[in-house]
Parts: sequence; C-alpha cells; structure tokens
Amino acid sequence: MELNELSIKLSQYETEGASFESFFINNVGQEVLQVIVDGNDELPIFVTRTEEQVLCICYLFTEQEINADKHAELNDTLLRLNVPMPLSAFAKIDNKYAIFGALSTSSTLEQLGHEIVTLSANSIDALDAISDYLTE
Amino acid sequence: MSILKKLFTAVKGGVNEVGEGIVDANAIRIFEQEIRDAQNALSEAKRSLTEVMAKEIQTSRAIKALEDDIDKHETYATQALDKDEESLALEIAGKIAEFEQEKSEQQQILSTFTANVSKLKEQIKQAEKTIVENQRQLSMVKTTESVQKATMAVNDTMTSGDSAMASAKQSLERIKQRQMDRQDQLDAAQQLADESNDKSLHDKMREAGIGEDASKGADILARIRAKQNK
Repeated sequence: MELNELSIKLSQYETEGASFESFFINNVGQEVLQVIVDGNDELPIFVTRTEEQVLCICYLFTEQEINADKHAELNDTLLRLNVPMPLSAFAKIDNKYAIFGALSTSSTLEQLGHEIVTLSANSIDALDAISDYLTE
Repeated sequence: MSILKKLFTAVKGGVNEVGEGIVDANAIRIFEQEIRDAQNALSEAKRSLTEVMAKEIQTSRAIKALEDDIDKHETYATQALDKDEESLALEIAGKIAEFEQEKSEQQQILSTFTANVSKLKEQIKQAEKTIVENQRQLSMVKTTESVQKATMAVNDTMTSGDSAMASAKQSLERIKQRQMDRQDQLDAAQQLADESNDKSLHDKMREAGIGEDASKGADILARIRAKQNK
C-alpha cells in the first residue's frame, strides 16, 4: 500500500479501540507519514516505505536525556526487553533511541493498523519501564 | 568487508550528516547494474544448460541405437557361424567393431556433456546465491538511506512542531495524564448512568410504597409518639 493511500484509509479506520490521525511529510524526497494514535501526539509513529518493507518508527528519547551513570545499564535493559516486546524492537537512529517495527510492503490495512497500535502501546509501556534511567 | 560492517562503520563514524549519503548514489547504481548483469548471465547460463542437456539426451539415444545394432549383428554373426559362413561372419564382426568404435566415441562425447551439465548447474546455483546475497545487501544499504532521509524529514517536522522540546519524561507524564483524564471521564459517565438508574428505581419504589423513604414519615411519627408516652 502506498503511504498516501494508507493516510486516507487510516483517517476513516478504527481498530482495537484506537483512532488515528495522520500527516504527510515529504520535504526531502522520502515520503514519511506521521501517525498519531489516540491523540498521543507526544509519541507519533513515523511510517516510511522502502522497496522491500514498511518501517514504523517511534522516537523515544535522545541520548542526552539518559542519566549519565546509567547509560550502560539502560542499553542492557533495552536489549533484554527487546524479545518479550510484541512486534517491535528497540533501535537507535543518530542520537535518538527509537522503537520500530517492519512489515512487508504487501501488508493489509488491518496488519498496518495492528502494527501501529501495538507500536504506540509499546512505546508508552517502554518509556514507563525505563523512565528511571532518564533525566527530567 | 560485509555491507553491514561498512554501514556500521559509517554510522559510528558519523558520516551520516545532512546531505551526505552513507554509500554514494553512484555506488548504488553500479551495484544495481552488477546485479542486473548477473541476472542476465544467469538466464544465459540456463539457456545453455538446456541446450547441453538436450545434446546429452540425443547422444544417449545414439549410444542406445548403436548398442541395439551391435546386439542385432552379434545375432547375425552367430547365425552365419551356424551356417559355416566363416567369411560372412568375419565381415559382420568387422561391422560390429565399427559400431563399437563409434559407440566408444559417442560415450566420450556423452561424458563431456554430462560433466558440462553438472558444471553449469553448479555455476547457476552459485550465481543465484550471489544474486540473492547482493540483493539482500543492496536492500540493507537502501533501507539505511531511506531511514536516514526519513529521519531528516522527521527532524525538520519535530523541530518545528509543538512537542519538539519536550523531554521523554514530560511526554510520558502528558500521555499518562491524558489516559487518566479519559478514564476519569469514563468513570464519571458511568457513575452518572448508575445514579440515574438508581434514581428511577427509587422513584418506582416510592410510588409502590417500598423502601426507606416510604416508611420514613411513619417511623418519625412513631418516634415522636414514643417520646410523648415517656
């Protein structure tokens, strides 16, 4: 599914009790869809498409927000949380820690919706779980 | 060095500054061209394989025919010997020798074809493996590029958006507050619904003279009377 099609379909779609708002970003030649689940615009999901996969990324925090003495411990915790966390995995992009999921480009609206809802819930849970490692 | 290792080095080294690709676009184009060339070579190899296999089958068939001829002529030679036709038998034996000569030549050709077939099959397998591997690596490079570009797009949006400056902790607090507000609203709505249910029930009970309210007046009167009687 193309991202603009996904954007239109998501606006009329509700799944697992969640509603979506999405905004199209295309200012560097790479299409990105910003999706907000249930009004949680603090943790938007960014959806982007390559030839092979659809990537859904949610940025959690920057490196600078980590309590300096807990950096290694946090990395260790994230690696341990990676497997139990459904559908999503932790990642690091530039200086930002993120949580992401990848889907096949032939995924249906239901699959994409489920992925986005799960990612959104995972991102909130993850931040909650590791907030002790972060500064204010 | 594997592509993944190259990417790792590039990401670690901070090559990914704005406008600078991890692997330059030209290198990607060359890589894509290499994959296409390999695919062309592969289909070429598959075509020659079918040709060689066809020749292999033809040669086996020729050998089979020669074997049949040899068998037939051996029978003829036996028959000639039975009839004491020594010289004819010798002539037939000469023919058999010719067939056998030809058969051994054909067998040599056949073994060359067979060797060719297995060599081509091995090459095709190898080429297919290389193509898949190159495609996988190309996809890694391209994904990295896409993520990089997407990150740039996202950064632009985030720095101009409202939530740009909020820390993760503040964001989490806001989300939790929103979730709590929503739950409170639901609870309140539920409470209201419950109360209005209760109220209508009480109204009905009062009308029917059942429950506390109905007996209250009588109770109070009884209490007052009891006081008077003291």
